[in-house]
Order: sequence, then structure tokens, then C-alpha cells
Amino acid sequence: MEWIINHIWVIPGLPLMAAGAIALMKREQRTLAASLALGGILLAFIGSVLAFWPTMAGSGHDAVWRHYQNHVWFQFGNYPLSIGWVLDPLAGCMLVMVTLVSGLIFVFSLGYMAEDSNFTRFFCFMSLFAAAMLGIVVANSLLLLFICWELVGLASYLLIGFWFHKPSAAEAARKAFLTTRIGDLGFLLGMVWLYARTGTLLFYDGGQGCLEAGALEGLVARATLGGLTLATCISLLIFCGAIGKSGQVPLHVWLPDAMEGPTPVSALIHAATMVAAGVFLMARIYPLLDADPAGVAGWSPAMVVVAWTGAITALMAAAIAVAQTDIKRILAYSTISQLGYMMMALGVGGYAAGMFHLLTHAFFKALLFLGAGSVIHGCHHEQDIRRLGGLRRHMPVTFATYAIGMMALAGVPLLFSGFWSKDEILHEAMAWPISRGPFFLGLAGAFLTAFYMTRQMVYVFAGDYRGQKQKLNHSDSSKGRRPNKLPHESPAVMTVPLIILAVGAVGLGFINTPFWPGFHRYLTGHEGEGVSTGTLGLMIVSGLIVGAGLGLGWVLYGRKPGRVLAATDPLEVIQPQGFRWLGQRLYWDEVYQRTVIAWTLAMGRVCDWIERNLWENAVAAVSQLTLGFSWASRLLDEYGINLGFDRVCDKIRLGGRRVSAMQNGQVQHYLRSLALALAALFLLLAWGGWR
Amino acid sequence: MNPLTQCLLVSGALFGIGLAAILVRRNAIMALLGLELMLNAGSLNFIAFWRFRPDAEPMGGVVFVLFALAIAAAEAAVGLALIVAIYRHFHSTNLDEMDRLKG
Repeated sequence: MEWIINHIWVIPGLPLMAAGAIALMKREQRTLAASLALGGILLAFIGSVLAFWPTMAGSGHDAVWRHYQNHVWFQFGNYPLSIGWVLDPLAGCMLVMVTLVSGLIFVFSLGYMAEDSNFTRFFCFMSLFAAAMLGIVVANSLLLLFICWELVGLASYLLIGFWFHKPSAAEAARKAFLTTRIGDLGFLLGMVWLYARTGTLLFYDGGQGCLEAGALEGLVARATLGGLTLATCISLLIFCGAIGKSGQVPLHVWLPDAMEGPTPVSALIHAATMVAAGVFLMARIYPLLDADPAGVAGWSPAMVVVAWTGAITALMAAAIAVAQTDIKRILAYSTISQLGYMMMALGVGGYAAGMFHLLTHAFFKALLFLGAGSVIHGCHHEQDIRRLGGLRRHMPVTFATYAIGMMALAGVPLLFSGFWSKDEILHEAMAWPISRGPFFLGLAGAFLTAFYMTRQMVYVFAGDYRGQKQKLNHSDSSKGRRPNKLPHESPAVMTVPLIILAVGAVGLGFINTPFWPGFHRYLTGHEGEGVSTGTLGLMIVSGLIVGAGLGLGWVLYGRKPGRVLAATDPLEVIQPQGFRWLGQRLYWDEVYQRTVIAWTLAMGRVCDWIERNLWENAVAAVSQLTLGFSWASRLLDEYGINLGFDRVCDKIRLGGRRVSAMQNGQVQHYLRSLALALAALFLLLAWGGWR
Repeated sequence: MNPLTQCLLVSGALFGIGLAAILVRRNAIMALLGLELMLNAGSLNFIAFWRFRPDAEPMGGVVFVLFALAIAAAEAAVGLALIVAIYRHFHSTNLDEMDRLKG
């Protein structure tokens, strides 16, 4: 146990090694790949549990137990760049949750992906994903966290685009990657700014870290533009990264599209890992977020921004989810909505409440996604809830566990974990001194959540099965499978994780009820507020609101569940205009298409035009000039230098030929010349020429 | 006409005859004979200038000529040997046929 505290890096390291090993395997080694991935995550889970005990035992005495190790990664000049690992209650509970939920999703994937030809690759990416997320959790340096953060982004890109032969999947993967990248730019800028001001990116470093009192005092003392403190500016920039990763407004558009990936991926992304990373990041830098010159908690402008962003996201995503027809898209929007609640909790100062909701949400959302995966698997990859229906009879286990997840998400009082965590958030929001706005937005969101989950349940599990049998029969007879393609229950490898998660979705709520706020004490080191009349009143109010949502859903959908495929949605009958708006997701994508994307395209076109007409001509002119010079040079060479040279050569050769003609081998010829020369010399001397 | 002039005329004639023989005779041996004549004309000049100079020393010109004769003998030997070798090669002593050394 002592060993794991000092070697906490082993926990992300094991899945990473598994991913590396699987990457080297052949496609056929399916069993080996799956066992490696499962073994990696299982060992990581055991390590997490071992690491969890000391955090549990050490906290709760008005101080947070924390153990960290830092190493200098590299050094330029006098500036060391350190990275390190930290184990504290925040990391401890996240480690256990991530490894447990990931492990269950891995097991589920064994069944869900059994027929996929790229099974090996799938487990490689999944392991990488889990490793990166665990790296975020244990990172003690903003830099290390950012590296893992980007690794998560990469892995999500690979997994969303896992079926890349589908154009929509490839598109969705690209969209997810680019959208989160926009947020990450802010994160990076914030990180650079923080390093420039404090000289360290370590969170905790014996009083020197950027989240500790010394650095924070320096950061709040300095005002920047608009009177905001430096700490506020940096937190807001880092919050940009969280907006992108956690799908907050306005960067939430990638998350519903990410449903193109295999369903276990959706579960992993939306429950345990990627989207939770943003909330976790805000929780990690909470001291920075909360830093205020006056020293009052919950008053920093950054907190206000976080709270309002979260509240707006929570309500808007819940409203959009009401009118969706894809089973996974509904869950995606509910995820966005729940993440909004978590952000709101952090923003209003409910640090423990936000993290508590993160943990409970991880369980029931993983449960819901895996349940949806089971439904999709059982119904032959049908995702449209209008074509499902009546599955209660065909898939009893899935129905039961899905119902538990649904009630946890909706927040059915007293028994389900979602109730306790959401109630905690609403309680914190109500106590927020700045504004009651987020509180009311949260209440409205809770109502809508209960409503749309009821709608989904009724559509999927009640009534008759509305799948197109005749079309399926046609393709079946040729393949020689069962002629009757009714939905079937999934195998045990898929239902057992569902049952375990269902247990978690119920039981996890009791670790932090107002009657026994254990989680609050574990995470912050302080006692929670406990029960008061306000708490009880709020519990009753939120219970009533959830009941109203469920009741309205039942009235509209449950009384006479749709028997035919073509039936119009009852809500559409009442409010066609609004329903269409919500069904089109409030036209966010279209707005982006018309604005940001159109501008980018226009700018691209301008650049293209400049490139073609300006730069290309300039380059062409230079090239023509060079060509001209080359021509001139060549002419000079061939007709000037070479020709002159050739002429000289010719002359010399001619001269040589003439001279060599004199040497004809005739001795007497030579002698004649000699005699003539002699005679000439004689005459010259005789006439006294050279006197 | 003093005796020196007479001697020089004789030697000049001798030189002219030798030169003519070299230039016009096709036979290599004849050309070699002409060469000897020209050499002797030179030797005769040595004797004449020695004999008729005003302060004649005892032996100078004669020794000169003796050396020249010795060299001429050696040269004649080499020249004849060359001609024999040429004849063996070409089966001829005609100088016009021996024009291999040309450009």
C-alpha cells in the first residue's frame, strides 16, 4: 500500500503498456488483445483501490491529505520544468471510479464488439483512452495534465472515428477533434500565462506550487484588463479547455455527433473519461478559480462565468433532448445537461457537490449508455426510438437496469444516487449569494430531464415492437439466419456489467446524503452542513418537480404508447414550431455553419485567391525571371564563350595540322629546309645585316 | 687572291658538293658520303684559319681536325650501322621510302 502511494504513475502506466503491446499485435490475436486490455485495467483498478484507502484514512481532520512526487523533466537555463504525480482525495475517488467504470465497459465491449473485424485495434484505443484519463487524474503538473488531456482528445478522435468507413463517423471524429481543439487553445494560453507569472506549473510543491497560497497571493494581487485579477483571467482561459472537453455551451456541438462511434465508446466518453475531464480540471484548479483578492469564497468573476455557463448548458441541452429521436443522441444531450450541472456546482462554490455528481453520473450514465448499447445490439443496430418499442418483454434485464439508470438520471427521490447529487447541487445553487438564476435554471432542467427520460423509456420499452420485420426477413433468408428477427436479450457478458453499474447507480448516492455527508468531508476535509429545514424543503421541492416531469411524460406518452411507426410525437401536436426548433437542436450547427465555418471558408477562399492571383503570379514572375536568366546564360555560354572557345580550338587544331604536315618523314625535305636556312643565314651575315 | 681565300673557296666548294649530294641523292649511302664531304669542308676551314692567322700557335688547328676526324669515323660507323639496319628492315636504302616519322 505504501508502494502504490510512491508509485502512483503505475496506475495510468498499466493500461498504457497494454495499449502499446496491443498495438504491436496482429489483427487475429483477439483473445490476447482483450485479455491484455482487461488485465491492464483490472490491475489499475486494484492499484486504485489500494491507493484509495490512504486518502480515505488520511482525510477528514480539517485538512486534506495529499501526497505528491515531483521530478524535473528538463531544464532550460535557470527554469526547470517539473512534472509530478499527486494522490489526494480528489484523485483517489476519480481513480477508483474511472478504473471501475472503464473495466465494466471493457467487459461489455467483449460482447458488443465481438463481431467487429477490428476488435484488436478497438481494445488498443480503449486502453490508451483509459490510460490518458488516469494520467489526467494523477497529474501534479498542469503540463502533464495537458499532455494527457490531448492524449484523451486523440484517443477520442480515434474511437469516434472507429468506423471510419462511414463518412458520418469520420466527419464526427474530425468535428470532435477540431471543436475541442478550439477550447484547448485557451487552455494552452492560460497555461503559458501561468508559467510566465509563477514560474511553475506544478499544482503542489511544498508551498511553491501554483495552487498553493504563495503563488495565489501573487496572482490575485495583480490586476489585468477590466480590473480582473490575473488568477481570474488564467482560470477563464483554462475554463475554455473545459468548455471544449466537457461540451459546455457554446462548444457542445461535437458531443451529440460523437455518437457515431461504437456504443461502448460513447459510454466511455460520456461517463467515465473524456467529458468528466473538463469538470475534473476545474475541480483540480479550484483554488485558482476561487482565488479572490478580498479572500471571499465564491465571489471571483471566474466562478460567476463557470456557474452561468453550466446553468445555461444544463437547461438548454435538456430542452434539446426532449425532441430527439436517436436513443444515443438523447443520452448525449442529457450528458451535456448533467455536465452543466457539475459546472454550475463548481461555479457556485459547491466543489464537493460537483464532484459527487460527477461520480454518480459516471455510474448511471455508463449504465444508460451500455443499456442503449444492449438495446442497439439486440435490435440489430436500430437506434431510432420510433422504430423500437415493446422491448420490456424481449429484454427484461436490460429493461430493469435501464429503468434504474433512468430513474437515477431523472432524480427520483430517496433511493437513487442522481437524486442526492442533483439535490446537493441545487442546494448549493440556492445558497449562492450572487444570483438565484442558476438555481431556477437548474430546477427547470431537472423537470425537463425527468420528462425526456420518461419519453425515451416509453418509446423504447413500452408498446409494441415497431421495427420493420418484412425488410429484415428479406435479407435474412439469403444469409440463412433466424427468419424471425425479433429483438433478443444480450449475452451475459453484456448484462452483468449492466447489473453491477445499476447497483452502483443506486448505492453510490448514500455516500453523501445530507444525513451523512461523508463524501464532502472526504474531499474537502471539512464537515458538510448537514440537515436543516432548507435542505428538507428543497428535497421536497425537487422531488415534486421530478414527479411533475415524470407525470407529464406519462400523460403525454405513457398512457397510450405508440403502436405504429408513423405516429406523430404528442409534443409535436401540441407545439409544432417549438418541437421543430428543438428537434433541429436549436440550429446551433446551422448557425455555426453560417457564421464561423462560413467565415473560415470565406477566409480560406480569400487566401486561395491571394495565393492564386498574387503569390502565384509573384512566384511565376520570379520563376520566369530565373528562366530568362538561364536562357541568357545558356546563350552566352553556347554562342559566346563556347563558340569563341571552339573557334580558338579549331584554329589551333588547324594550325597543328598544318605544322604537322611539315613533318612528312622525308629526311631530305628537312635537310632542304636546313640548307635554305643556312643559306639565308649566310647571306644575312655576308651582307652585314645584324651588325 | 691570298692563300686563305683560296683555301676557303676550296672548302666552300667542298661543302657545296657535299650538300648537293645529301640533298639530291636518293641512296642513303650516297647521302652519308655527302655528309662526310661537308664535315671535311669544315675541317679544312679549321686548318686554313689556323695556318694563316698572324700569331700562329703550334698545334691548335691540327688537334681540332684530328678530333673532328675521330668523331667523323665514329659517326660514319654509326651511320653505316643504321643504314644496314634500315636496309634489313625495308630491303631498300632509298631515302624517299623512309617517311614513317611524320605528323
